[in-house]
Amino acid sequence: MKKRVVITGLGIVSPNGVGIPAFTKAIKKGVSGIQFFPELRDLNFSCQLGAMPTISEEKKREYLSELQLRNFNSSGILYGIIAGMDAFKDAKLEPAKNDDEPLWDLGIIFGSGTSGVEKFREAIYKIDDKNVRRLGSNSVAQTMTSGVSAYLGGLIGAGNMVTANSSACATGTESLLMGYEHIANGKATYMLCGSTSDQGPYIWGGFDAMKVTTYKYNNTPKKVAGPMSADASGFVPGSGAGAYLLESLENAQNRGATIYAEILGGAINNGGQRGGGSMTAPNSLAIQKCIKHALKDANISASEIEYINGHLTATIKDPDEIENWSIALDRKGNDFPYINSLKGMVGHCLAASGSIEIVSAILQLYEGFIFPNVNCENLHPRITEVISQERISTKLVKTSLHTIAKASFGFGDVNACAIFKKI
Amino acid sequence: MNSEEIYRLLEPIIKTYLPEDISAKEINRNSDLTRELNINSAHLVDIVLDIEDVFNIEFKNEDMESLRNVNDAISLIQQKISG
Repeated sequence: MKKRVVITGLGIVSPNGVGIPAFTKAIKKGVSGIQFFPELRDLNFSCQLGAMPTISEEKKREYLSELQLRNFNSSGILYGIIAGMDAFKDAKLEPAKNDDEPLWDLGIIFGSGTSGVEKFREAIYKIDDKNVRRLGSNSVAQTMTSGVSAYLGGLIGAGNMVTANSSACATGTESLLMGYEHIANGKATYMLCGSTSDQGPYIWGGFDAMKVTTYKYNNTPKKVAGPMSADASGFVPGSGAGAYLLESLENAQNRGATIYAEILGGAINNGGQRGGGSMTAPNSLAIQKCIKHALKDANISASEIEYINGHLTATIKDPDEIENWSIALDRKGNDFPYINSLKGMVGHCLAASGSIEIVSAILQLYEGFIFPNVNCENLHPRITEVISQERISTKLVKTSLHTIAKASFGFGDVNACAIFKKI
Repeated sequence: MNSEEIYRLLEPIIKTYLPEDISAKEINRNSDLTRELNINSAHLVDIVLDIEDVFNIEFKNEDMESLRNVNDAISLIQQKISG
């Protein structure tokens, strides 16, 4: 018998708000974290907009010691540490004391795309300058994919599996489902999961070169056409981290923890880069199967889904995503669930997108609201052919929610879908 | 530079790498860096890099092997400066 799994802690480092209270306020109001960066202009980027969280020097010192911050230069790891520790504290758990045994029942799965790219750049310059000996001791810890989980493991004293996953823009949703499975199968009581993404030109450059980012709004960053808009012309690259503390329902109830939501189930699959799928584009059939499998795993019917937190990136693929949801759920027009995308406010946070968006989805489920879709007054006609405009609100909607879905898709034709329920 | 002058410059370098539960007062010339001061052995390379910057010298791999306590560091620095 599988154990039931719930979320009892949340942490967020988002371009439009750091910490749950600030982030909740921002998404309700539709506050954008998208900004113009002169550095990107000077580097000849087509898209000179980006989104990154603001972290003060004082804030860093709440999480890391002076020694840990010495020569520290990895934005993604910093974001992951802050989000992860916040989720841990939000669940009202205490780290293992220095002279105690580790917390054997607590594991960590914290994913990333590329980790510590700024630190890696520093190292490459030194190595090419024949100065490898000058790298010091922290080059490895700040550039390894498992950097966030390794730092968090030490801060908390985690004694169960401590690892990192990587599946491009599906990383955050995948980490949640991997943690869910681990607890459901009785291998841990707590799993701290999430994902992170570095900020800046070295992470964003590849997407700029692929022309999947928008070049049309460099002078009007608050007006970037959002996901599902007819005017959408590519995404704005973002960064940050989201985290969730997963726990067995039994344990959460026994210790009287705040329960944000139950993870009913989910699915992860791959389009095999067949049937229209490729390294960069999704196989629609695989997306539909992923959503259907998630419903089956959660043991609910498609009609129970009241709200969808979409992947929806503000690219030409948005109408396809809507169509795929509509086919998978067999619902359309006014019968389609509410749907929104956070990317209009925070850009596409890449490997962190899934986790930041899951945190936003859980907050909506827990508090009973649907945040506004930003800058998509003019909906894409292929979308309004399938679902009715009222399901894509551009205003804050207050409504009690019970069952919701979140999906993320990524390069490599990866798909992940999770189903949550309020209990 | 005499050993007293070297120690005055060396002490703040070592202090940077002390774990939170070790006080700077515990640093003396005979302190074993990793065993007594509890400095993470990975940080020995950082201490060496800081020493190189402050004293404008360069350590070799073999020098690292003979670096155990504060006195070892002082004599290594003295050799390099006079050499």
